[in-house]
Amino acid sequence: MSLYQVQKFLYNLNRDEQMQQVFADNKNKALANYDLTDEEHAALELGDIGLLYVLGVNGQILMHYAAYLQIEWFDYLQAMRDGVDKHGPVRAGIYAMTGGGKLFAQTPPSDKGESFQ
Amino acid sequence: MSLVYAGILSHAPGITGRAHLVDNEAVRDAFYASLEKQRLEIEATGAEALIVIAAEHFANFFMDNMPAYCLGIGDKHKGPIEDSEWLKIAKTEIPGAPDLATRLVNSVMQTVDVAYSEEWQCDHGIMVPLNFLTPSYDLPVIPVNINCQGPPLTPLSRVWQFGEALRKACDEEAEKIAIVGTGGISHWPATPDSGKINEAWDRSFLDQLMQQDKDKLLSYIDEEVYAQAGQGGFEIRTLIAAAAAAKGKGDLQFYTAELPIFAVGCTVARFDISV
Repeated sequence: MSLYQVQKFLYNLNRDEQMQQVFADNKNKALANYDLTDEEHAALELGDIGLLYVLGVNGQILMHYAAYLQIEWFDYLQAMRDGVDKHGPVRAGIYAMTGGGKLFAQTPPSDKGESFQ
Repeated sequence: MSLVYAGILSHAPGITGRAHLVDNEAVRDAFYASLEKQRLEIEATGAEALIVIAAEHFANFFMDNMPAYCLGIGDKHKGPIEDSEWLKIAKTEIPGAPDLATRLVNSVMQTVDVAYSEEWQCDHGIMVPLNFLTPSYDLPVIPVNINCQGPPLTPLSRVWQFGEALRKACDEEAEKIAIVGTGGISHWPATPDSGKINEAWDRSFLDQLMQQDKDKLLSYIDEEVYAQAGQGGFEIRTLIAAAAAAKGKGDLQFYTAELPIFAVGCTVARFDISV
């Protein structure tokens, strides 16, 4: 049920600009209405993409959240890999890493002198 | 017959949002040219409304109340929900077709239970197709979502029935209607495996889709799709629904697995409209 609460918070945040403003102003206030563990609360408060990925947040929800946080694409992919390295395999859901950490997309823009945004 | 066009296309957010990161610009531009051709083909039919059968990406529904199928019947839709700079599509309002959409719902629900919404929000799954097919947002749009994210998922046999029900509903109306199904084939979006594409699996599926091979299309099993085509493969539901609506064989106008930065095999196809 707790993962459900994490995802519901992110679902609401992703699609509600008023809630985004509340979250920007006071993260604890925005999170107060959700039944979260300390680990989940910290992950959301810090924008810890790697941990949220490992917790099992649906990839579409997490991707939209990363876009909201304006995390660059390759940084976002690496954050998920780092999360698996640090916390272990994805614990729930259908978005597990199956490629062993292999890079399937092209060269990160940092290696080409480009910015994502 | 009021269904005047049926086709499919990809919708991955990288198609617009990461266009500048493409290494193979010639392939990217050929894909964009195919999408422009699709826009012109739809325009040439005189379509008065565009139905976009897409995959729910948690823009409208959550697991507290997740419909298998939903039609947007509002007089306007909003989108994208994502950061505009990330998707490279500005936030806007898209005209709906409330009267027509409501008539379609009434017809479809004679055979398939559908939900409806007057407060539709579009994410990349609909905004990317609209960016190419009606870039001025001057064509009324009826968004349709199939739950492809939150299992349990609607069975493929039911998806086929839904496509047939949409076709029947369109045929009952006087307006000229175009339908596109938009979803990925094999892909592992929003995971560290983003960019992985099973081209052989894609081509096999697309061949069956173009041939209207109903038996093979409905024989896919989610567990096998997940293993061979990733969780993104569940979106074949949107493509199968479009094929069922069209009834005619398809023409695969574009496919490439050479744009992994888009995280999907990029696809454009058109179906014949058959009785």
